[in-house]
Amino acid sequence: MAPPPDHRRPIKRAAISDQQRRREVALRLQADRRSDAQNRARQLASSVLSLGPEPATEPEVEPEQEMSEASGQLAGRSDLDPVRAARLRGPEVRKWFARQLLLPEWMVDVPPSLDRDWYVFPRPSGKRCFVVSSNGTTISRLRNGSILHRFPSNLPNGARTKDVSGPASSYSILDCIFHEPDETYYVIDMVCWRGYSLYDCTAEFRFFWLNSKLSETGASDPPSQYHRYRFNVVQIYECNLAGLQASYSGQVPYVKDGLLFFNKHAHYQAGNTPLALVWKDNVCSQYVLDTDSKGQIPSQQQVVLELQNDGNLTTSDDPPVALGSLSRDLIAQSGLRVGNLVRVAIKDERMRLVDGKLDLGELQLVGKTNHSRAFADTYSKVLFQHAARHAPLRIEDLVASIQSNSSMDNSQALDVEMEG
Amino acid sequence: MALEVTQVLLYAQSIDAATRNHAEESLKQIQEQNLPAFLLSLSAELANNNKPIESRKLAGLILKNALDAKELHRKNDLAQRWLSLDLATKTQIKTSLLQTFSSPVSDARSTAAQVIAKVAGIELPHNQWPELIGSLLSNIHQVETHVKQATLETLGYVCEEVDPQVVDQEQVNRILTAVVQGMNATETSSDVRLAATRALYNALGFAQANFTNDMERDYIMRVVCEATQSSDVKIRQAAFECLVAISSTYYEKLAPYMQDIFNITSKAVREDEEPVALQAIEFWSSICDEEIDILDDYRSEYTGDSDVPCFYFIKQALPALVPMLLETLLKQEEDQDQDEGAWNIAMAGGTCLGLVARTVGDEIVPLVMPFIEENISKPDWRGREAATYAFGSILDGPSPGKLAPIVNVALNFMLAALSRDPNNHVKDTTAWTLGRIFEFLHGAAVETSVITQENCQQILTVLLQSMKDVPNVAEKACGALYFLAQGYEDEGSVSPLTPFFQDIFQMLLFVTHREDATESNLRTSAYEALNEVVRCSNDETAPIVMQLIPVIMLELHQTVEAQKLTSDERDKQNDLQGLLCGCLQVIIQKMGSIEGSKYAFMQYADQIMDLLLKVFASRNATVHEEAMLAIGALAYTAGPNFAKYMPQFYQYLEMGLQNFEEYQICAITVGVVGDLCRALEDKILPYCDGIMTQLLKNLSSNQLHRSVKPPIFSCFGDIALAIGENFEKYLVYAMPMLQSAAELSAHAVSQDDEMLEYTNQLRNGILEAYSGILQGFKSSPKTQALVPYAAHVLQFIDTMYGGREMDDAVMKSALGVLGDLADTLGSHVGPLISQSSSSKDLIEECMVYDDPLIRESAEWAKLAINRAVSAFASIPCCVWSGLGSHHQPYQVLTSPSLNDPTNKQQGHLNANIVSAYASCWLSLINIRNKWSGSVISKWSLLIALRHLKVLLFWVVPCFFALFHIGSTGIVVVSLLFVYFV
Repeated sequence: MAPPPDHRRPIKRAAISDQQRRREVALRLQADRRSDAQNRARQLASSVLSLGPEPATEPEVEPEQEMSEASGQLAGRSDLDPVRAARLRGPEVRKWFARQLLLPEWMVDVPPSLDRDWYVFPRPSGKRCFVVSSNGTTISRLRNGSILHRFPSNLPNGARTKDVSGPASSYSILDCIFHEPDETYYVIDMVCWRGYSLYDCTAEFRFFWLNSKLSETGASDPPSQYHRYRFNVVQIYECNLAGLQASYSGQVPYVKDGLLFFNKHAHYQAGNTPLALVWKDNVCSQYVLDTDSKGQIPSQQQVVLELQNDGNLTTSDDPPVALGSLSRDLIAQSGLRVGNLVRVAIKDERMRLVDGKLDLGELQLVGKTNHSRAFADTYSKVLFQHAARHAPLRIEDLVASIQSNSSMDNSQALDVEMEG
Repeated sequence: MALEVTQVLLYAQSIDAATRNHAEESLKQIQEQNLPAFLLSLSAELANNNKPIESRKLAGLILKNALDAKELHRKNDLAQRWLSLDLATKTQIKTSLLQTFSSPVSDARSTAAQVIAKVAGIELPHNQWPELIGSLLSNIHQVETHVKQATLETLGYVCEEVDPQVVDQEQVNRILTAVVQGMNATETSSDVRLAATRALYNALGFAQANFTNDMERDYIMRVVCEATQSSDVKIRQAAFECLVAISSTYYEKLAPYMQDIFNITSKAVREDEEPVALQAIEFWSSICDEEIDILDDYRSEYTGDSDVPCFYFIKQALPALVPMLLETLLKQEEDQDQDEGAWNIAMAGGTCLGLVARTVGDEIVPLVMPFIEENISKPDWRGREAATYAFGSILDGPSPGKLAPIVNVALNFMLAALSRDPNNHVKDTTAWTLGRIFEFLHGAAVETSVITQENCQQILTVLLQSMKDVPNVAEKACGALYFLAQGYEDEGSVSPLTPFFQDIFQMLLFVTHREDATESNLRTSAYEALNEVVRCSNDETAPIVMQLIPVIMLELHQTVEAQKLTSDERDKQNDLQGLLCGCLQVIIQKMGSIEGSKYAFMQYADQIMDLLLKVFASRNATVHEEAMLAIGALAYTAGPNFAKYMPQFYQYLEMGLQNFEEYQICAITVGVVGDLCRALEDKILPYCDGIMTQLLKNLSSNQLHRSVKPPIFSCFGDIALAIGENFEKYLVYAMPMLQSAAELSAHAVSQDDEMLEYTNQLRNGILEAYSGILQGFKSSPKTQALVPYAAHVLQFIDTMYGGREMDDAVMKSALGVLGDLADTLGSHVGPLISQSSSSKDLIEECMVYDDPLIRESAEWAKLAINRAVSAFASIPCCVWSGLGSHHQPYQVLTSPSLNDPTNKQQGHLNANIVSAYASCWLSLINIRNKWSGSVISKWSLLIALRHLKVLLFWVVPCFFALFHIGSTGIVVVSLLFVYFV
């Protein structure tokens, strides 16, 4: 009997020996582990988010043992990734997340080149929050760091379902506004995706990424057992006349609260930034003027400021801007402590803009703010609110700026040539 | 100056060992002393009709071995040696060889033909000996029959030896004409006709152009088909071999001939002698191979098409083909199941039937079922065996939905047959068929398994019982258990095998101890089944597997201690050691992966390691390999704790890396170095000098099998990732190696699939090395050391991308490297990467790829590069920070972006670079918060000046800045210019 031809395996003979299989399994495991190790290396350094500088003032001391322990742990660590951050407990995790959101300044004058360098979109009304999906669960946190929802979602690793690509510990972070009426998270920015950080990417890139990636996951699907809330992308426009018009008066599936402007080239930056701006008027928002703690619009403009060591009242800008001060007597009288947020009323006729600087004149203490509030007002907000009451920046101003930009183009181009 | 070699050549074939050895020694000496004279003498000996045929044949053989070798590097050395001989010597040798054709001794002619082919194989690619084919064919019509036969034989060998590309079409035409004429029925000499038919087999690869010409193809096909009807069985066999070769090489040209070929083959299968019938069946198997490949391509997730269309020959032939194949199944031989190398019509027919089932799927079932029903209960064992064999053969291909109802009915019948059929062949095939049922109709991938909690117990009982049967049946029962267990590998904790673990282990261990366990591969099969059962263990059964460890260790211990063995016993001992090490490897892997058992398992680690180190005393390659694999698994499970074994283990690691001869061991050891890197991380540092030295040596050696080199490169990456910036000292050695290998592999022209695959493996290894090194240096102050290599890495990727032959793995690795470059070197490579346009295209292409892993890698690369580019944009802006008026931030935002509004997302990277200067202003703001209060100093300007290239980008924006920033800006810009000039 002749043996079979070399390439023809008799059907009754095993395709491969177990030894060959062991060898192949070993090789495959090695390759898998190599790629795991590489993926880990790729994700580690790119994901570390900055905790930012420690505040100069002591945090409010609450009579809880846990708190002092926690801040002890936190001290000395300036960087922390969201996975480790997620393991933090109670107040410290709130504190960590409270510092991660990008906070737009208020638009008090129109930035040049609005039409070329900026995006615009109608801001959904609702609760601004960070949504983190990792390890089979999704958690949303409000601006003050407290948890809004903990739920399963179709975001990567956002639910305990079998289909996962990549390690289960890799996390994704979205910047969202939770819109109560339709129980939907409107995603306005993407910070981390499948473990890769987008912090250092331009807004143009982040929005592109957001639009292409989110749809792949099924996060915009209607709610189901493993997907508690729907995630929708907000339609983003180039800030030209058409875009501005669409944002300002176009129909959207949510309640509008002003317009958000994002500079295309800006990175995601935790804290206040002038590269993202919010603007509103009565047409596109129900809440143009700030309300007081009772939800009423006070007759005088009220601002929330932070009490400093020296009795100065400052904004939450970095560095803080002092807008006034309280006397030691008053501080002692009202039982305020350093770091407290206080609500003060401005006597309109006393407020002045001098050399571009704001002078509030005499301040009238209204009281402490409620506990959930994390930050004082920003300088730009104070300005905007002031302007809104007196000489608001109108939609016509925005339109005019865009129109004049396009006519300015030619002269600028000429300049370049001459200089070149 | 021919030497007298006849006597030595005859002595070299003496039956007396001493005489033989002495003669071989002197031949070697002559060769070393004067190679040209030696070769001349050999060719003269071969050509000399007065010399004895024995010395002539050996002379030819030695000559042939002086021209060619199996190992690639030796082959190349020999070719080089021949080319460097002086022209006169070569010419004389070639003349002698051609003279030999006229010899009346056919063995001498045949030997000369082979030697000529070897010389041609060396010389033709170098454009030497261009007249060879011309001179062979010049007088083909006038020469005597035996010269004609030798000439055709030579042409066949030359075609086998030489790449089709080095022979021009005109010569190909002449060769084919001569060959096909020689095959023609009008040729009266059957020797000539046979030589021509065999020559055509080798020449088919040259006939691409001729097969596209209808007339020429018709002629060739007609002659081949006629040759299948020759009265000479050898010619008929050779002609069918040609048909088989044509079926795979020219599948798409076959349509017009299929009807004729079917008639010819089915007649041969039914009536002709076995060697011819086997080739006739092989023709259909080969067509199945082609159509399976094409249909696989059709189904492929990513491409969905195939270069060659499917003609569905099998589907069309099905009604006639299947009955023909079923008939062959009844032609079994009595002892075929005991003989492992057996191959006969029945086995070939079943194998072909299996391929047909895979080709057509469901359609085969109704054609085979009547045969099974008719024969399964026949009193003649041949009927029962053939029916079972047919059933087993068609289980792979048709859908589980089609087969499950039949299998559900058949299962009990099969189990009964396995326990009670009086015939061993029937039981053998029944057990095999059960294994096939478990393989294809059971397991996580099958929606409704035919195995249920209820019948599982019955199946196990029968299988375990059959393990006591004769070796060949017991072996098939072990195989069936293997597939039964495999179906439960992903099952979690609800496996129905759980209650039987103890019994299964007991029986399998009993089988391994059977006296006759070495027959029919039984012992190996038992261990394989044992391994598979271990693989499907879970939390619940882990303790039972744990009890297995001391048993296996004891057995291994006994083999290590065994002394004074005969060579036969030694062989069996080696086999057993290999199996035991393999078993340990599987146990280690499994116990290490079950969280609950890992700790308990680690208590055995010291003993296991001790034993495995002793196993290295064995000289057997397989044993070493298995022990090495087990150690790799142990290292991974032990993690950093493995460090304590390193002092003892290191010598064996080094030994493994030095084992060029048994390159499999070397390859496995290289893989284990990777395992160690991941387990020990920086604790491997003390051993890295030794390891790196050895790896670098291996790379520069041309004796090491080439397949080991790609993993060595990957291993560089593993080491670098483990020891981080400590890899710096190896950069000067490793990087040039990587660069030259990259150079070679990027420009490699791949003649065939095998070479292409190797090239891609090499590229992948190189890229993995780059990735590991880049990642290892991430966030290290020594990152700068890598900057000089960046350009080359990018160039490597660009070249590969331009060549368009990257496979998916290479593509994924290349994307990873692009990302790693950007991630580790950041702004240093930003401009470089954005200049590498093909890399950009590669990323964009892969972003929309179907394979999610590739897409993910593309995302990573895109992200990392985007970050690097924007970081690069912001560096010089540090200088500007603080210039912006704090409360009038927008003034500095008047950057005219060069973003073309039509150039949307697609041109992202580029747009980013082009508008980098626009980002200058933005960076002011971006950095304002981070750097607020920073002082503009001369030093920060100097930092900026380090990026001269970058600065070029900034000249225009600088002027722009003047308009917006005011007087301070002017000062700064002038300062910049002072430094710039």
